[in-house]
Amino acid sequence: MLRPRIIPCLLLQDNGLVKTVNFKNPKYVGDPINAVRIFNEKEVDELAIFDIDATVLNNEHNYSLIERISNQSRMPLCYGGGIKTLEQAKRIFSLGVEKIALSSSVVDNPNLITQIGNQVGTQSVIVVLDVKKNIFGGYEVFTHNGKKATGIDLFKFIKNVQKLGAGEIVINSIDKDGLMKGYDLGLIEKVRKTTTLPVTVLGGAGSIDHIAEVIEENGIIGASAGSLFVFKGLYKAVLINYPNSHQKNILNKKVNYENKK
Amino acid sequence: MITIVDYGVGNIKSFVNVYNRLNIPVKIAKNSSDLEDAHRLILPGVGHFENAMSELIKSGMREKLDELVLVKKIPVIGICVGMQMMGNYSEEGTSEGLKWIDASVKKLDETKINQITRLPHMGWNDVYSTKPHILFEGLEKEALFYFLHSYYFECNNKSNILAQTEYGDSFTCAAFNENIYGIQFHPEKSHKYGEILLNNFSKI
Repeated sequence: MLRPRIIPCLLLQDNGLVKTVNFKNPKYVGDPINAVRIFNEKEVDELAIFDIDATVLNNEHNYSLIERISNQSRMPLCYGGGIKTLEQAKRIFSLGVEKIALSSSVVDNPNLITQIGNQVGTQSVIVVLDVKKNIFGGYEVFTHNGKKATGIDLFKFIKNVQKLGAGEIVINSIDKDGLMKGYDLGLIEKVRKTTTLPVTVLGGAGSIDHIAEVIEENGIIGASAGSLFVFKGLYKAVLINYPNSHQKNILNKKVNYENKK
Repeated sequence: MITIVDYGVGNIKSFVNVYNRLNIPVKIAKNSSDLEDAHRLILPGVGHFENAMSELIKSGMREKLDELVLVKKIPVIGICVGMQMMGNYSEEGTSEGLKWIDASVKKLDETKINQITRLPHMGWNDVYSTKPHILFEGLEKEALFYFLHSYYFECNNKSNILAQTEYGDSFTCAAFNENIYGIQFHPEKSHKYGEILLNNFSKI
């Protein structure tokens, strides 16, 4: 049986790893290469790494760092942050990255999804959408680390993204980021009703129980987390961790394969 | 030594990384003269079937590959779309395949997939080998591999099937024909399981 995917999400800033709260106050949590090594040993399902400076500072990518990360990675690797062109995407693929995450560039130019998908395979094109709940209960897409409102309705945009041929959608809740109080389950439910594409959710996980909740409700889904896999304890000491195979088996058993989810 | 066919499609680097870790020498072949001394071949592939086929033909390596595989009987393994190219044709496009294994490539049947998320088939799934074979030595129990695809390889001859996976229906995820092997999943990104399989291939 296909398993739900449990995905650590690491944020890059100045070639180091950081973790934010509500997309603010980045705290240094360690060296990326070292983190990838530890996640290898823990046999994680997938790893996502997003450069949070690239779009805002309009930086060119540190290709040698991406290459070193991918050389270490024994699991599927998703890389994102500031990718604007087919050439950049192809160069990153050639370094051994499986999945390219596009975000602000597809908000400006959704056709980039098709353009890159035609060249490298649509299954490798991931669209990451950072979203905030508005006062009317809707969800709006934001870019530039949550600073720039786009006025775009999340659910309309998801439909368009599927039409344009993305392989997966990652929904990142700005409201829940770093709080470790649980995912926005209402948001997840609405997203799942909008698309048949694989969905990965990010933002809010503070315990394995939060992941269990998402899997119980949604079955086959990607449950991603930042803080949960880099911090330990009440005072948020940096300690890379991930469910062991026993804990994962328990999580996998939460999938109800019969209820059409 | 393992020779990886680099025709511009597929994740060459990941295979190099695995074999470096295994201390097995690898060579990347970009043209037919690079293929001269090959005695084990990896044919990677991602993306669109038709695009992969046309890039392989453009690389000028097809004839040499046919000779190595069909005449000299050198072991070859196709991965993901690399496997699909070994069949007769694919529903994804109109190009003909390499016809190394008697098979058609079809789209996974969405109506049989009993969940909201349907295609692509993405993530870790069980692989059940249907007959004992050196390729799956040490992987008989609890072998999990990473999948990322929407089309699958349907063998016309059941005796070519090596392993199956369930997604909606059961489909063939590993097939062989004499010296020719194809696998749908990604051993290069499947932790220790993938390493065992790629190591097994180096010993065939």
